Amino acid sequence: MLTALILVPAVAAVVVMLLPSDRKELALPVGFALSFVPLAIAGYLFFEFETGVAGYQFTQKAVWYEPWGISWNLGVDGISLGLVALSVILIPIALAASTTITDRTKEFVVFTLLLEAGLIGSFLALDLFLFFVFFEAVLVPMYFIIGIWGSERRIYAAMKFFIFTAFGSAFLLASIVALSVFHNRQFGSPSFDLLELMSLDLTLDQSRWLFAGFGIAFAIKVPVFPLHTWLPDAHVQAPTAGSVLLAGVMLKLGTYGLLRFNLNLFPQAAVDAVPIIAGLAVIGIIYGAVVAIVQPDLKKLVAYSSVSHLGFIVLGTAALTSAGFQGAVIQNVNHGLTTGALFLLVGMIYERRHTKKIEDFGGLAKVMPIFAGLFLFTAFASIGLPGLNGFVGEFLVLIGSFPSIPVFATIAAFGVILAAIYLLWAYERVFTGIPDKPENQKLTDLNAREIGLMVPLVVLMLVLGLYPKILLDRTAASTEALLDRVEQATTYEVPEQGRLADVFAGEGDE
Amino acid sequence: MTDFVWLVIAFPLAGAVLLHFLGRRLGEPLAGIIGTLAAAAAFVVAFVAALPFIVEEGNHGETVMLWEWMPAIGANLEITWDPLAAVMALIVTGVGSLIHLFSVGYMHGDERFARFFTYLNLFLASMLTLVLGGNFAMVFLGWELVGLCSYLLISFWYTKPSAAAAGKKAFVVNRIGDFGFMVGLMLVFTNFGTLAFDGIFERVPEILDGSTATAIGLLFLVGAAGKSAQIPLYVWLPDAMEGPTPVSALIHAATMVTAGVYLVARSATIFAAGDAGIVVAVVGALTALWAASIAIAQSDIKRVLAYSTVSQLGYMFIAVGLGGYIAGIFHLMTHAFFKALLFLGSGSVIHGMHEEQDMNKMGGLLEKMPVTGVTMGIATLAIAGIPPLAGFWSKDEILGVAFEYGGVGIVLWVIGLVTALITAFYMTRQWFMVFTGEPRWEEGVDPHESPRSMTVPLIVLAVLSVGAGFLNTPFRLTLEHFLEPSFELVKVAHPPEGLGMFALLAAISVGAGIAGAAMAGFVYSRPREIWERFQGGFGGLWEAWQAAYRVDDLYGATIVTPGRKLSERMAFDFDAGGIDGFVNGVGRAVRSAGARTRVLQTGLVRNYGVGFVAGLLAVVIWLVIAGGGV
Amino acid sequence: MIEVTAGWYLSLAAVLFSIGLLGILVRRNALIMFMCVELMLNAVNLTFVAAGRALGNLEGQVAVFFVLVVAAAEVVVGLAIIVAIFRRRESASVDELATLRG
Repeated sequence: MLTALILVPAVAAVVVMLLPSDRKELALPVGFALSFVPLAIAGYLFFEFETGVAGYQFTQKAVWYEPWGISWNLGVDGISLGLVALSVILIPIALAASTTITDRTKEFVVFTLLLEAGLIGSFLALDLFLFFVFFEAVLVPMYFIIGIWGSERRIYAAMKFFIFTAFGSAFLLASIVALSVFHNRQFGSPSFDLLELMSLDLTLDQSRWLFAGFGIAFAIKVPVFPLHTWLPDAHVQAPTAGSVLLAGVMLKLGTYGLLRFNLNLFPQAAVDAVPIIAGLAVIGIIYGAVVAIVQPDLKKLVAYSSVSHLGFIVLGTAALTSAGFQGAVIQNVNHGLTTGALFLLVGMIYERRHTKKIEDFGGLAKVMPIFAGLFLFTAFASIGLPGLNGFVGEFLVLIGSFPSIPVFATIAAFGVILAAIYLLWAYERVFTGIPDKPENQKLTDLNAREIGLMVPLVVLMLVLGLYPKILLDRTAASTEALLDRVEQATTYEVPEQGRLADVFAGEGDE
Repeated sequence: MTDFVWLVIAFPLAGAVLLHFLGRRLGEPLAGIIGTLAAAAAFVVAFVAALPFIVEEGNHGETVMLWEWMPAIGANLEITWDPLAAVMALIVTGVGSLIHLFSVGYMHGDERFARFFTYLNLFLASMLTLVLGGNFAMVFLGWELVGLCSYLLISFWYTKPSAAAAGKKAFVVNRIGDFGFMVGLMLVFTNFGTLAFDGIFERVPEILDGSTATAIGLLFLVGAAGKSAQIPLYVWLPDAMEGPTPVSALIHAATMVTAGVYLVARSATIFAAGDAGIVVAVVGALTALWAASIAIAQSDIKRVLAYSTVSQLGYMFIAVGLGGYIAGIFHLMTHAFFKALLFLGSGSVIHGMHEEQDMNKMGGLLEKMPVTGVTMGIATLAIAGIPPLAGFWSKDEILGVAFEYGGVGIVLWVIGLVTALITAFYMTRQWFMVFTGEPRWEEGVDPHESPRSMTVPLIVLAVLSVGAGFLNTPFRLTLEHFLEPSFELVKVAHPPEGLGMFALLAAISVGAGIAGAAMAGFVYSRPREIWERFQGGFGGLWEAWQAAYRVDDLYGATIVTPGRKLSERMAFDFDAGGIDGFVNGVGRAVRSAGARTRVLQTGLVRNYGVGFVAGLLAVVIWLVIAGGGV
Repeated sequence: MIEVTAGWYLSLAAVLFSIGLLGILVRRNALIMFMCVELMLNAVNLTFVAAGRALGNLEGQVAVFFVLVVAAAEVVVGLAIIVAIFRRRESASVDELATLRG
């Protein structure tokens, strides 16, 4: 089942590649149609997923290269389920949003589908070697998507993106290999299996160094301040679909990696590093928001808002409480939806006006009321208005981090003020007033296709905002298990209100 | 029993959804009528659901669970239906319905007529979520949603830059308050492990120590000060007058701005466990006096009312801060009636004067607009505290609570008295400036009385402004008995016992009210030269009041401008120059290192071959020397 | 009669290898350089066979088969490239092919 989820997009990419080259116009519809297959599979998984079970589900394991202990080892749990769902939802939307790409359409679709396979693979892999392969495989299509279909400075942005990530990957690979070597020393055979590696007995120094190695790779991906500067460039230059997938899913590889690998593999080092991680997270929250306020470019503004929002996810991870973990996991999904939607909207206006500069707009609400309405809705979801999805994640993170790290939580809460400032100020300058520029007066409102793109996202924002239970139920057991793991493997004790006894029935905690 | 109470929220919400998607097709006035009916239906439901509290003594109400939201932190969508919630729901839906009806006439001809009612309905649903919420998260949900509606409605005429800016200002300033509220919630959660009322209020004495309770109280106060426009966060409310006048009446006078008062009353047990209450009262008193003094010199008809609202909210804060929860809620209710009436009346005037808001360009309107004039006159007397109108009873109860508190309470009582005097003054001034004297209308303005749909709500509210006070007089404490079950866990402060004491305090406050009103009447019933001489007598003070003490400029110079500068420095110097400059610097360094070494690559195979062989030889030699023979 | 020991074969292989190496270093014609490469490969093959026989195991001969196969493949690709270049440039001098210069 899970193998199929990875293979289907890859096969779909091959199918699109084999389309006759004189029928270029077929590539996008075919790719779009094929991208529904993984959506269906993931949908089936999502509803078949057993709530209240902490371990990995739908696991599949096949030996790949025995001498090194590498296996094709897949599984999904509450932490990765939402991200898989997010990936399969955003891919068709990103494809459907790319009708303006007329140059080398086929390659574009192929790369997007390969990206999907890589992303899903990363989220499902339970073998570190396999994870690394997918983690790296994701880079290539994204590099080309930015580098070929981006705007003016695309090569610079693609390079920067690639080098930053590759830099982090070097540490990641070294650390993974080191883990395998340690396993060989202790048990007489190398292994890359996550579950087996969790039982390694590492000295504190070893685990700290390896924690840092994993941490740097994921921190770049998130990105955590001060490793974030590739992000605004990549977003500004990337085509709409690229931005949507980059912010929506790819950044989550970082936050996912922190939760999945850093905490599981090096719990004591993680506990010791809490002040550093939380500190950087809080700096990211405030810094990203402050810098976003004055950005002259709409896309850059959204990019910096991502830095701020992802800070919340990292903070929730560092909180080491139930609510913090749950908030982080659910915020992963929420941020993907809202920021993806914001990038889509910015893309729509860019296609009409060929500019993203805030000062070039003004009074758009008058000429494009539907667009303005959708933008405002998404902006409020991003600000964290209760009733929409952004709030649930942020609030859980804040509530969850206060018992363990109150000072950081309090500073982070300050970010909610800043979010309102930068988004509403941008809205004010773009949409309100009288449309006095002649280019703006002629703009047409969204067409049916564009509205159709937004509808699923808007519905999900509402549903997750008002009934997050569908996600929370599925994540609870896994986050509790992770917390157990951290608590049992270390001297750390979850503070009194950090542990939520009634999160899920069954599965006793201790 | 009262399971159906969710309908109170559902009706306006359904109205909002319906009008959002079909509003344009329904058109005018059908969209408005549907909106009004949705509000009225909510009122009827609330009334029916409130009946058990009237019939059965000591009925605590119940919690109605709707569905799970964030169960892990005790935050579900659930309704606490108790007397306090019932009173608030009745005020919100009752006044709300009247204002909806008024808006049908007021918004006539607006191209976004239906959209206006969408927002109004959404606001009602949000406000009801706030007052009916059974846990702090749901209160916060409503709290933020009313902020959203306030934003949408203030900037309803978004093509006007000042309206758009005012909406944003309101939301952002509110968010500053929300920051405090949110941190307060975190503290609550950390101590109780839940946000549900059921798990908090009864356990306050066993769990909270005094200082924690004080801290939570102060943080809640920050939130309440934002929403209820208290010092130092009141600056958004005067600007919020950019919205259509019914919005000012509904949101910025009767309902949303009282959310802070409601929050304090709802969390009474927490405030009772610490010392935050007195701070609430002091903030309220200072705000009351401060805002009232500004209101004296305003010439915009709506700004007078805006500052008056800020001032009256200060009164409510005094009450709830000192533990006079019932007095605070009582004043909240009467104020909702007469202030909504004043705002709607001013809307009627503005409507009749072709969007003129400057009182200097009014005058002599009583003949042209008799219903508006008389009803506004009644409201003016009510807010001035003239017996037996509603304002007298509720304001007196607050002053009595302050007096009985003693110590600081006496100071607050004096401040309250001075404020009462000033209030009577500026309200009377307003009425005389608008309705009497020589007409000072601009050319072409032809004032006319508003249509029936607008005057009927005025009349109903006028009746309520007269009669609502009798709900809770020292002789018959109806409201008090009704609300008692909601405040069982705390000691509610009361005015001094005994009729003699009541009469004495009442005489003093009525004296202050009459004095203020008489002074204003004496000056402003006469020609303009007299006013100007009178105003000139205050010298610079008058100008300071007129300019609202330049607080906006102060905030601009100390917070907004430096904040933006800082942001620019961070974004363009530190981020783009510093961090990214470093990154690009590394890139350049690598590149220049490459440029220096590239000359080694000649592209000639022979050269590479030589290097190859040389390397081979070196290895062989090294093996021979170091390896001890191959 | 001199007995032909493994040393003779190894010496011959070394000589052949050196000739090939020298050829690569001094000649400019791609075709000749190619032949030199072949010479070196075969020198290595000779070493393998000789060593295998002297040590009495088969692995040396196995390795030779690998080398032969790889060499054959290399010839196919290499000659094709050289022919393609020759068609384009009318010359097989490697010094003219310095486009990889940094």
